[in-house]
Amino acid sequence: MDVYLPIANLAVDGLVIILLGLATGILSGVFGVGGGFLTTPLLIFYGIPPTVAAASAATQVTGASVSGVFAHSRNNGVDYQIGLVIVAGGMLGALVGAGLFNVLRSIGQIDTVINILYVLLLGTIGGLMLREALQTLGVFDTKGEKGRAAKRRHHPWIAALPYRWRFYRSGLYISPIAPMILGLVVGVLTMLMGVGGGFIMVPAMLYILGMSAKVVVGTSLFNILFITMLVTMVHAFTTRAVDIVLAGLLLLGSVTGAQLGTRIAQFAKPEYLRIGLGLIVVIIALRMAFGLTVTPDEVYSVVPL
Amino acid sequence: MIRRLVILLWASMLALASTTPVGAQSREPILVPDISEHDIVLRQGFTGADLLLFGVILDPGGGRMQGNYDVVVVLKGPSEEIQLREKGRLLGTIWVNAQSTAYRSVPSFYAVASSRPIADIVDERTAAIYELGLPYLQLSPTGSIDPEEQARFSAGLVDLRERQGLYAQYETGVTVREGVLYRARLPIPSNVIPGRYVAETFAIADGRVITSATSEVDVRKEGFEGVVAEEAEDNSFLYGLFAVGLSVFMGWAAGRLFALV
Repeated sequence: MDVYLPIANLAVDGLVIILLGLATGILSGVFGVGGGFLTTPLLIFYGIPPTVAAASAATQVTGASVSGVFAHSRNNGVDYQIGLVIVAGGMLGALVGAGLFNVLRSIGQIDTVINILYVLLLGTIGGLMLREALQTLGVFDTKGEKGRAAKRRHHPWIAALPYRWRFYRSGLYISPIAPMILGLVVGVLTMLMGVGGGFIMVPAMLYILGMSAKVVVGTSLFNILFITMLVTMVHAFTTRAVDIVLAGLLLLGSVTGAQLGTRIAQFAKPEYLRIGLGLIVVIIALRMAFGLTVTPDEVYSVVPL
Repeated sequence: MIRRLVILLWASMLALASTTPVGAQSREPILVPDISEHDIVLRQGFTGADLLLFGVILDPGGGRMQGNYDVVVVLKGPSEEIQLREKGRLLGTIWVNAQSTAYRSVPSFYAVASSRPIADIVDERTAAIYELGLPYLQLSPTGSIDPEEQARFSAGLVDLRERQGLYAQYETGVTVREGVLYRARLPIPSNVIPGRYVAETFAIADGRVITSATSEVDVRKEGFEGVVAEEAEDNSFLYGLFAVGLSVFMGWAAGRLFALV
């Protein structure tokens, strides 16, 4: 099925794009992440210009997170209060990210920066996820760590910040500056990498902010929804690289996949799910690290002036 | 079909030749080029096109040309101002964009076909003047870097675009029938940009261009694709809103549909 992409300016096999969307959609449904971290590199690998890939992947992530937010809000799984604070930080972050994106693009280092960010973030987070999941399954000997005293609610730095607010659903009494900074960091990454940032947001909410586990996934999706919407708008304005046909095809696959994934998640054991996600994330990080060091297929690249 | 084309073209040529006043006739041979399609529309289902460039060459009197001659056809897309980046190794480990150079006008598409290898038809000087062949493309680099480096960059650019299907050279791509009718088939890939494409035909004898003529192809986006490209440029805000709306709607609709299953 040949489809002509009017912004990317080339013809692709529509079925491949839909299947790609489906695969990332299933992942997002199963693991509660946006799936953008897979879409962008795979689209680039398929020959879509990197900017178009990042911009259109952001649009896809919006679609994949919508149904998740609805589902979680029905079960009181979204803390709108802290969510809005994070979104506010995220919007600031997306704008900062847009500025960075343009600077890096003009000096020609955007692709390298995106690749290095992917390697570092995915490598670290994937490694941590794997370790944690294997520990839960008792693969590692964890006696030494079990001896630790009562678990801290949140990081000591968080407790040191002024102006505390009460976030009832998250069960927190902390300064709004902390979630705002988290939102800002993820917002910058979303703009640069075309990812929703769920794979950073979820662990940060759990282990740094110490939010109640009940609301973590829903609130993370709530944030992803708004940030990717904003990122789509920013891309539409600055890079003009949102390809609606490409995004539509990806959406077709990913919204379906997200629904399928949610059902799969109900049957699978959470530890195995985390091992699965950890493995995928680590493999992508290794692949990208490898890609940075071997002689590239294209030594030359053209940018319009 | 080709035979009918020959007869048709020859007949029209003879008619043209007979109506032209004798005194106004030049000594130049007559060259009438045409292209199988003058409009290429980039839209759904477009995966590239095959353009047939053909025409007739007659001597000034309207008869068959005396002696041997060669035909070279060049199809050129709209020129762009570009920057070319070259990757290099940073600290011996990772590959990053290192050096770059800028070009003022680089054809976005360039295909050349000839009846014999270009090196056998013209000398380098003539090839350079008429830009016949990929090695003789005038890319007009800006900035002052040394010629050797410039040559490396230009070779890199040509190689890149050759593999993208945007630059091509067909050494025996032109067939000449009966010394009168020439034709060449040039494939156009799907990743061409819209704009005015110019096809130039050269008749060459004894290393000299004896006559040349041009015809044009208009490549454009139309219908849905045209609207999308235009809106993304001119109405960025509405376009962005539409993209966001579409993704929210599709996410919501999928949730609803699956709730029924």
